[in-house]
Amino acid sequence: MVKIDGLDKLLAEHPFFKDLDASVRELIAGCAANEVIHPGDYLYREGDVIDKFYVIRHGRVALDVYVPGKNPLVIETLQEGDILGWAWLIPPYKAAFDARAEQLVRAVSLDAACLRKKCEDDHMVGYEIYKRFLPIVAERLKAARMQLTDLYANPKRT
Amino acid sequence: MTVLDTLTDPMIPVPFKIKKRKRELSDTFTLELEPPKGGGGFTFAPGQFNMLYVYGVGEVPISISGDPSDPSKLVHTVRAVGSVTEAMEKLKPGDTVGVRGPFGSAWPVEAAEGNDVVIVTGGIGLAPLRPAIYHILANREKYGSVIIIYGARTPEDMLYRKELEGWRGRFDLSVKATVDAATPDWAGRVGVVTKLIPNYTFDPVDTTALVCGPEVMMRYAISTLNDAGVMNDKIHVSMERNMKCAVGFCGHCQFGGAFVCKDGPVFRFDAIEDIFKVREV
Repeated sequence: MVKIDGLDKLLAEHPFFKDLDASVRELIAGCAANEVIHPGDYLYREGDVIDKFYVIRHGRVALDVYVPGKNPLVIETLQEGDILGWAWLIPPYKAAFDARAEQLVRAVSLDAACLRKKCEDDHMVGYEIYKRFLPIVAERLKAARMQLTDLYANPKRT
Repeated sequence: MTVLDTLTDPMIPVPFKIKKRKRELSDTFTLELEPPKGGGGFTFAPGQFNMLYVYGVGEVPISISGDPSDPSKLVHTVRAVGSVTEAMEKLKPGDTVGVRGPFGSAWPVEAAEGNDVVIVTGGIGLAPLRPAIYHILANREKYGSVIIIYGARTPEDMLYRKELEGWRGRFDLSVKATVDAATPDWAGRVGVVTKLIPNYTFDPVDTTALVCGPEVMMRYAISTLNDAGVMNDKIHVSMERNMKCAVGFCGHCQFGGAFVCKDGPVFRFDAIEDIFKVREV
């Protein structure tokens, strides 16, 4: 009999779920779906209600800020090993930026409503999820602040 | 013997002719200088700097950014940020600049042999590191993994972009670049340079890290290297201060108990980490 590896295995291979207890991971995998997003497609747009987040396995996603009358500004790219989207944790669950596939993206998506319910039902699951999201939020906040300093600007010409 | 070895007074500039001038970025240019005829070549160690004198305007310290194995050319990449460098920007091939040097300490390219080498740099900080990169690539078999991590403001602000792309095409070198902001036509990464460091596998115990860029960037890069297990005695940084005499007489570039011109600009980080954290030194 051929054993078909499930989404649980894909999650286990991703750094975000590294060290997560297997039973919790299996529970979370019940909210998961495998996704392929083609270059140029949007995973979500600014203002969309976020009904899932993405565990990126392959490819690159650009976070864009829409600027009327101009090209969008890419403020960050996320790639293999990264997580896309935390707005699903914070009401009203709306995206702050556009998320656009720059390349072919393979990801596991996790259904937000499904996962929020599991977090409510079992606070240990919720704790494990929050414990993993908080460092990501902190790291991106730090990166955003570094970008704000405009480190490489010519002091005389900016 | 170099042309400047013949000098007895390091305070006297030697006139060098500008052979070539290349626009790198909107505010940055590279000058290829020709040593005076009969003076021999110009030898230097990667990481050292010269004092460049624009006659009648003033003198500034500029890192040497050319190939240390080619003494026939003296190459400096300069960003126009003040009156002297703005005057230098207007010079043309055939014009003359005064040169004093080379001065200062060097990147530890020989001590790093046998190690993995991680180069973290941002903005124009790539210029003082380029001689070290040339040396490492010319002696590639003497090093383990070699990783170059480069950050710039935008894709248009990437220094030596063609050269970076060439290095990225090598099988024995890992090169990753990122920019702080871009438009969608940029196919590379967007984000701060420090985010690239954890993406690489290197042996932290046997790694030499060379870091050069704005001081804020270097602080965060060092912290990220520490998180990756690289200790401060394996991290080397190039510092920038107000260097005037370049020989440790005037004290303008004093950095705690050290003079950046004489004891630096390249420091092993554990030697300066206490003073590095002090504000308003």
